[in-house]
Amino acid sequence: MMPEPYEAQVLRTPFHSRTAALCRANDWSSWAGYTTVNVFTNVEQEYFAIRNSAAVFDLSPMVKYAITGADAPGFLNRLLTRDIDKLRPGRVGYAIWCNDDGKVIDDGTLFRMSDNEFRLYSQERHLPWLLDTAIGYRVSITDISETVAGLALQGPTSCAVLKALGLDGVENLEPYAMTGFDLDGHALSVSRTGFTGDLGYELWIDPSAAEQLWDRLMEAGRLHGIRPMGSAALDMARIEAGFIVANVEFFAGNMATRPDRLRSPFEIGLGWLVDFDKGHFIGRRALLREREAGSRYALVGLDIDGNKPATNAFIYRGKGTQVGVVTSAMWSPSAKRNIALASLRTPYDQPGHALWADVHVQRELKWERIAAPCRVTDKRFFNPPRRWATPAADR
Amino acid sequence: MTGSYDVVIVGGGHNGLVCAAYLGRAGRRVLVVEAAPGFGGCAVSAEFAPGFTVSAGAHILHMLHPKVIRDLDLAGHGLRYANTEMATVALDPGGQHLVFRGALMADDSLGAHSASDADSLAALRRRLMRFAGFVREFQATVPPRLVSAGWSNRLRLAKLGWRLRRLGRDDMREFLRVALINIADVLDDELESDLLKGAVGLDAVLGTGLGPRSPNSVFSLLYRLAGQVNGTPGALALPEGGMGAVTGAMAAAARAAGAELRADAAVRRILVENDRAAGVELESGEIIRAAAVVSNADPKTTFLTLLGAEHLDTGFVRRIANIRARGTVAKLHLALDGRPDFTGLDAAHLGGRLLIAPSLDYLERAFNPCKYGEVSPAPAIEITIPSITDRTLAPEGKHVLSAVVQYAPYELKGGWDAARDDFADKIVETIAGYAPGLARLIVARELLTPVDIERRFGVSGGHWHHCELAPDQLFMMRPVPGAGQYDTPLPGLYLCGAGTHPGGGVMGAAGMNAAGRLIECENKR
Repeated sequence: MMPEPYEAQVLRTPFHSRTAALCRANDWSSWAGYTTVNVFTNVEQEYFAIRNSAAVFDLSPMVKYAITGADAPGFLNRLLTRDIDKLRPGRVGYAIWCNDDGKVIDDGTLFRMSDNEFRLYSQERHLPWLLDTAIGYRVSITDISETVAGLALQGPTSCAVLKALGLDGVENLEPYAMTGFDLDGHALSVSRTGFTGDLGYELWIDPSAAEQLWDRLMEAGRLHGIRPMGSAALDMARIEAGFIVANVEFFAGNMATRPDRLRSPFEIGLGWLVDFDKGHFIGRRALLREREAGSRYALVGLDIDGNKPATNAFIYRGKGTQVGVVTSAMWSPSAKRNIALASLRTPYDQPGHALWADVHVQRELKWERIAAPCRVTDKRFFNPPRRWATPAADR
Repeated sequence: MTGSYDVVIVGGGHNGLVCAAYLGRAGRRVLVVEAAPGFGGCAVSAEFAPGFTVSAGAHILHMLHPKVIRDLDLAGHGLRYANTEMATVALDPGGQHLVFRGALMADDSLGAHSASDADSLAALRRRLMRFAGFVREFQATVPPRLVSAGWSNRLRLAKLGWRLRRLGRDDMREFLRVALINIADVLDDELESDLLKGAVGLDAVLGTGLGPRSPNSVFSLLYRLAGQVNGTPGALALPEGGMGAVTGAMAAAARAAGAELRADAAVRRILVENDRAAGVELESGEIIRAAAVVSNADPKTTFLTLLGAEHLDTGFVRRIANIRARGTVAKLHLALDGRPDFTGLDAAHLGGRLLIAPSLDYLERAFNPCKYGEVSPAPAIEITIPSITDRTLAPEGKHVLSAVVQYAPYELKGGWDAARDDFADKIVETIAGYAPGLARLIVARELLTPVDIERRFGVSGGHWHHCELAPDQLFMMRPVPGAGQYDTPLPGLYLCGAGTHPGGGVMGAAGMNAAGRLIECENKR
């Protein structure tokens, strides 16, 4: 029996009836107040679906804001570090926003529906910050999180699945573009975006049509190796792609009580998202000062010797000066390398330092330390051409 | 486009004028632009009825900083006093009025109310005056930053700690105990006369959004006691010709220092170029360029109206928007056909400051409705009849009465337009309770509500002090962290008004400190 809403400790997404039926591992966790699947059957199985066929992920708990009004572009240029004027209608952009001190509050995805209509999707809730940033702007900001259900469909056969679903012409959708379709009388919004670093799409629909979309998608993908994936497999894919996560690679700036724990865009490898030429934006003056004085940290990819994941490892140089820490680590099945994302103190991200990871491994209750030499490398460990090709492979 | 200046100052209130004078003396090319037809801001004399002139805003001079008087030679520029030893009278409904010769210095009249209060008051006075001296020491300095690597800043922080420690162990402990608590508790602990406590309580809450039982009301009394006249702490004075004479002398000092002053020149916005304040645009559309801009306007007006949030970061805007600045004070001006007569009051005391706050309960009851957007049915009042000692203000044989009235909330339920006349009647009725023939003498009257004060003087919220005087909005946190040292997040933009340290009251220290800080910052460029 369904508990009364006030009795439930967690909310259920619009796809819950379908995901619950398929979650044989019964492995769940809480995300933004919703109960979501970690693992449906087996994490490797789901991971390989992302890389070799198609995997479906329920991302309905994403926090979603509709931002509209005459000053919406001006407001977003004030909020975000990147230049919104360069984002055309029908396009999607990755974006970050900072506090007064130029430290990152969160990252998110910005959808430009038209000149003055935007959607901003993020992991954390930010309405008070958005509203206070809008003081003096003619803009309306509405939390529409519960009015949009979302699925990510990721993997090399994802385009073929969508074509089988009847989305004609979807193969011509460019990376970071979006378009709309009709699905049995429901407006289905499709963007070529994702968090796996692979060919993939994100689908957005009214919650009342969510189960229908799930069923139709699974049916359409039956011959294309479709399967549901949980957040554990997604996390593997995103590390291989070099994508960062709030409260893992950086701490959300609105939640911190210790100001020195925060990171600027430059310190998490997102300096390319900072546009100093577009006029004032939140944190600009602080970031200009940082550009002049130099950053304290750098986020890098590491290639680590051996095959033991360097989870939570300290990074040392030379005889033992600690210079950083691993934020995410795994053995990459696709890159066939022992990889990690790490936050290093500058200048140890630069070439010429003999770095090693202090990896702790337990073998049948016996802990062993491995001083594994490692090298700073491009953090896009897996970046296949199919991710960028248009038209997308549809067979 | 007019010629270019080193500094343009937005607003010719007393702090703007003082700032202009100091900058002019330092060799800067300064222009002051003022929206009103004359200079002085809330410190002006105005003829409110033919032949009757009154200090339209502040009406008693007691905080003007001695360094400002000296440095700018205000006496040489025409500042004269009509009265420098103004007594205070706590009006008693029974006619047993209580007279103070100076701050917290009651004369023998106290004996009629309490046998022991004379000694208790003297002890309380000694202690509070020491604390007020501590507060006074920091008025003429730029507050230190709490987080900063600079050595000079650390030195200033250390000095703060040292000065506090220098009070001595017992005094330091007592200061830290009372600084943030409420005045009613302190007075109830020390004194027994209701009339005495009511009078001291009124001084503690004058011009604030506090009642005598609100926290921080001891601090606001210390702030008041930190003022001085001719070196006498807590003394009160009336400038000859009203408050406009003070700002008139300041304007003359500014002109003598080479500053240009332009009235009827309202600023529409502060210009920003390459992320730096570059001048101002007037309502007329005229552009005035300057290397730096100083704003005498209140912080909300400066940042949210004249500059615009788009040039500022969200956290800062949030702090500015959250500044507490809701006026609670109305100002009543009466033109009188003759000298009013207060029952039982010696005519010699009519030139003093007359207080209507017969007890702490009276004061707190006056405050209660204010919390709910209503006016006090029995308001607390500070009355002056400046024409008693200054014959320039009214025709021969006639008088002006100026009263500060609490509480009159800025956000009045139903709005002020419908309530203005009723409230004025109520105030007159309250005063007439002590001066029965008053109503018959009135030939003209003017009531300035906080909304009128906002409109007339351009002060958002109609608050005397621009921002409420409370410890969270004082010193390095005045008006907000990030603008507590007169410079602001926008390079080239400075503040100099009552919304900065050390705050409101006709003091001039903010204008003086801001000028010093501007020179320090601009020299580093």
